[in-house]
Amino acid sequence: MPCNEPLLSIENLSTRYGPIQALHQVSLEVNQGELVAMVGANGAGKTTLLHTVSGILPPSGGEITFDGQPITRMASHRIVGAGICHVPEGRQVFPPLSVDDNLRLGAHAVRGEKEWVESTLGEIYELFPILRERAKQTAGTLSGGQQQMLAIGRALLGRPRLLLLDEPSMGLAPLLVEEIFRVIQGLNERGVTILLVEQNARAALGIADRGYVLETGRVVLSASAEELLADEAVRKAYLGY
Amino acid sequence: MLDQILQFVLTGITVGATYALVALGFSIIYNASDVVNFAQGEFVMIGAMSAIAMSAGENGLSPFLALPLAILLTIGVGIMLQRFAIAPAKGASVVTTIIITIGASIFLRGVALLLWGKDIFALPHFSGEQPIHIGNATLLPQNLWVMGGAALLVIGVHWFFNHTHQGKAILACSCNRTAAQLVGINVGKMMMIAYGLSAFLGAMAGLLVTPITFTSYDAGVMLGLKGFSAAILGGFGNPMGAVAGGVLLGLIESLSAGLISSGYKDAIGFIILLLVLFFRPSGLFGKATAERV
Repeated sequence: MPCNEPLLSIENLSTRYGPIQALHQVSLEVNQGELVAMVGANGAGKTTLLHTVSGILPPSGGEITFDGQPITRMASHRIVGAGICHVPEGRQVFPPLSVDDNLRLGAHAVRGEKEWVESTLGEIYELFPILRERAKQTAGTLSGGQQQMLAIGRALLGRPRLLLLDEPSMGLAPLLVEEIFRVIQGLNERGVTILLVEQNARAALGIADRGYVLETGRVVLSASAEELLADEAVRKAYLGY
Repeated sequence: MLDQILQFVLTGITVGATYALVALGFSIIYNASDVVNFAQGEFVMIGAMSAIAMSAGENGLSPFLALPLAILLTIGVGIMLQRFAIAPAKGASVVTTIIITIGASIFLRGVALLLWGKDIFALPHFSGEQPIHIGNATLLPQNLWVMGGAALLVIGVHWFFNHTHQGKAILACSCNRTAAQLVGINVGKMMMIAYGLSAFLGAMAGLLVTPITFTSYDAGVMLGLKGFSAAILGGFGNPMGAVAGGVLLGLIESLSAGLISSGYKDAIGFIILLLVLFFRPSGLFGKATAERV
């Protein structure tokens, strides 16, 4: 029953930095077409989890399966090639390169398909008109919100089958946060499967189908987004009321 | 007097063009991997010495075969340096990698000594030794080869980094390695391309200039230091600054050798380098670095 298989499945994943274990047997699933939120406080291991999925950090145990293929110890560039694109925490654009170059580098894994790249580049400029306006400027001159748009656009040019978003709201003004989350929701409605990692639990669970709560490297709760938003403990710890 | 100065300038530009290529190699590797590669001068020596060895004797290869083979061999050495000496030291400090590259340069010099001995060798001039007169100054055709070849290579490198996807991917690795990995760039492969390119520039410098300056197993030491100085003079990590620094250093040396004393030419070059470091530590064309976070 391949259609019932999750797109991304993580089983008992552990990651350590030297003697410090950052993830303890984390298991989670993301199904085709879903928007899954992973919420948790600073230092809970959210970024570590995404870096392990993307192959930046080697796991110390557990399995990661993407579309039925094991990717646990695959090199990062092959994981991107398989269709997992990652919008890193803090944007991480290439400051000295132009906006246009930044976006085109996002298409590194699929650069052979020129027509697809050009048409997608056009779509991204439609989605974020400010990026078209600044296409020739260096990425370092953009504001935080524009850099976040650039980082999302760059990841979309990798033709993601699964988009990993790490703290897209970090350091942005409330209005911009709203806009970025609207864009994320729109992408999901257009069929992009998304794993969204956020400290801003209210905003993330507001647009997600399902959610997980990560605390000190362990998944402590997993339920539908509505249930989590209504949960007493989650409200106290993450929503502040 | 004016003719003399013209002569010194022409010589200076020729020598400076060689320094420029070595300095360019330094900045490419530094930009790509934050490594100061002190084996850069050895690339120049290997390019020249292996071409001489392959074309020597009665059974020697024709230069049309020996030169490209020497270039390929040097590129191979550059890639192996990255693969077997630099890559295993992933995450090491700058000082550690400097020690590694100094070790590699001593090793390469030792191999060259064993293979080819201590003699001084030359390559034949590419297109005759009939001097060209410009006023009262003279120029060998080989000088034109050096200047023209270096100019073409610099333009080519500039084009590679500014107009090709591969070149920009290397720049991406240098400004943010993790982000480069996350967009699917194979960082290891980009490092090998960067080291291969630097070795290629070194080999070309060696082949172009050896007909005039000769070479020996230890010729890379001074060239490496001069290239390093040129790169600092121009602003370390700024490729076009490195080229300008190279030409400038060549001119300074040649003019001070001619007008002051040839015994002091190296000293004057290094004194100017020290002055630049005192008063403009980021080099003549370096920008003060500031990063937006």
